[in-house]
Amino acid sequence: MNTAQDKVMTLEQAIASYVTDGCHISIGGFTVSRNPMAAVYEIVRQRKKNLHCYAHSNGTGVDELIGGGCVSRLEIAYGGNGKAAPTCIRFKLAIQRGEILFEDYSNYHMSLRFHAGAMGVPFIATLSGLGTDILNIWGFSKEMRAKDPKLPNKKAEVIDNPFGSWTGASKVVLIPAINPDVTIIHVQKADRYGTCRIEGLNFADIDQAKSAKNVIVTCEEIVDAAELREKPEYNQIPFIHVSAVVHVPHGAYPSACYNYYDYDPMYLRQLSNFAKDDKLYKEYLETFVHGVKNHRGLLNLVGQEQLKIIAADARTGYATGLDRR
Amino acid sequence: MDYTLKETMTIMAAREIRNGDIVFCGTGISMVAAMAAKQISAPDSIIFFETGSIDSCLEEIPLAVADPRVMFGAASNSGLLEAFATMQNPNTGDRVIGILGAAQIDKYGNLNSTCIGNYFQPKTRLSGSGGSCDVASFVSRCLIFMQHEKRKFPIKLDYLTSPGYLVGPGARERAGLKPGGPTAVITNLGVMRFDNDTKEMYLAGYYPGVTPQNILDNMEFSVDISRAIETEPPTERELKILRKRVDPQKLVL
Repeated sequence: MNTAQDKVMTLEQAIASYVTDGCHISIGGFTVSRNPMAAVYEIVRQRKKNLHCYAHSNGTGVDELIGGGCVSRLEIAYGGNGKAAPTCIRFKLAIQRGEILFEDYSNYHMSLRFHAGAMGVPFIATLSGLGTDILNIWGFSKEMRAKDPKLPNKKAEVIDNPFGSWTGASKVVLIPAINPDVTIIHVQKADRYGTCRIEGLNFADIDQAKSAKNVIVTCEEIVDAAELREKPEYNQIPFIHVSAVVHVPHGAYPSACYNYYDYDPMYLRQLSNFAKDDKLYKEYLETFVHGVKNHRGLLNLVGQEQLKIIAADARTGYATGLDRR
Repeated sequence: MDYTLKETMTIMAAREIRNGDIVFCGTGISMVAAMAAKQISAPDSIIFFETGSIDSCLEEIPLAVADPRVMFGAASNSGLLEAFATMQNPNTGDRVIGILGAAQIDKYGNLNSTCIGNYFQPKTRLSGSGGSCDVASFVSRCLIFMQHEKRKFPIKLDYLTSPGYLVGPGARERAGLKPGGPTAVITNLGVMRFDNDTKEMYLAGYYPGVTPQNILDNMEFSVDISRAIETEPPTERELKILRKRVDPQKLVL
């Protein structure tokens, strides 16, 4: 696998092949940008269960996975989504109701943990979080960790700097590597073999991809390998890491995809209103997720007019002057 | 010239930013404060985001740190690891000032943005750290936005997400953190600072129309008010720039 073969498939196939009940998953993007939403909705549609989800600040994607009933365990730094949901609503309800197990880290912790996973080291050192409850309070108990071979035995460990006071640090925090079974990212351009070009911020997508056993790439455009290889220094992920490539225009909608379209403030606001009410949210899922065959179906419900409104301006990469109140 | 409380808070924070500072911004009012400082008094300050965007143009106000508006015209767009490294880098780290907010703050400037009530069965679950714990761990100066209410200034935090001065003088160093910590807490009633020796919060300024007692009435713990003076209200020039150039769409203010 993961060689220079054609990896293009449908999203239905990719999710059915690489996202299994109980698997450890991470998704790319950050709050209102480049969440692989088409893939998230396909996971919900296929009614995947008991996912163990790793997130820094993924926003809508993680919140919909939780709301869709797919997640049972969550390691997360931030469950918020900009103006529409300062705290992600289904995330908040799931924790308050005791429906999921959760473990808190910081954004830097989570990014470093993916980085360690990509490098193949068991842990990585940082100076973040010393003296805080993030290190003191464990969401996953020692017993739970001891029983599960897919979990490290500790949340974190503080040790004296083994190099004396080198660089001035007396202590360091060690945090365990993450190696997800599958990472899903949405990018602007990919070739048929999986080489990716991300435009704008990459967030932690590169390490999330490289730390995972399987990577599903959804993309706005599939382009010739030769085109990406003309400027290889602009590519971030070579095909060797990737298992599946899926062409999904507007695949990050309703989050933004820099240079292609903005986030949809109206849709996100409407989604927040649904999410606050169990009955409305259930109806929303039935109509907008289970009620459509694929992402194209959701986009049809949204309508071409709205997609035109959020289309990116060629100069700025976002929808200049978009009404975001 | 009339002005709102939010405008006052924004200007108070903007005045704390020095020319040449590298300003770590969150969402909402902190972003507006950083943008205001750059337009008013600190033109050479640099705004950057934990998502990895450094010196963004910000033609429009971003509503999240991953908003594509932070990416346009930046000096560089990278990722989270690079952004947090900027705060710790031996050459750039000392220039970074953080702007944070939280649901609770204690007298040593420690912050809670994780939960109200028990961590495992919270009365209210909040967003969590995001980059807040990282910023508070790394940077030597930090501004904190708060709303003055008793429950938001408790004697004991429900959860310590981001480190301030922990339990007092020398505690950061004992825990292994860099020296430094919060410099000012900007609220809807006034500005609090931290005593150099005790590291405890004290009232430094109260807005026109507010008394120090009003402020104490809105806190669970008590602070020294002997050094408090009335703050200088926002000037006409500051307000004009804020309204015309920073947030004309009134997305935050």
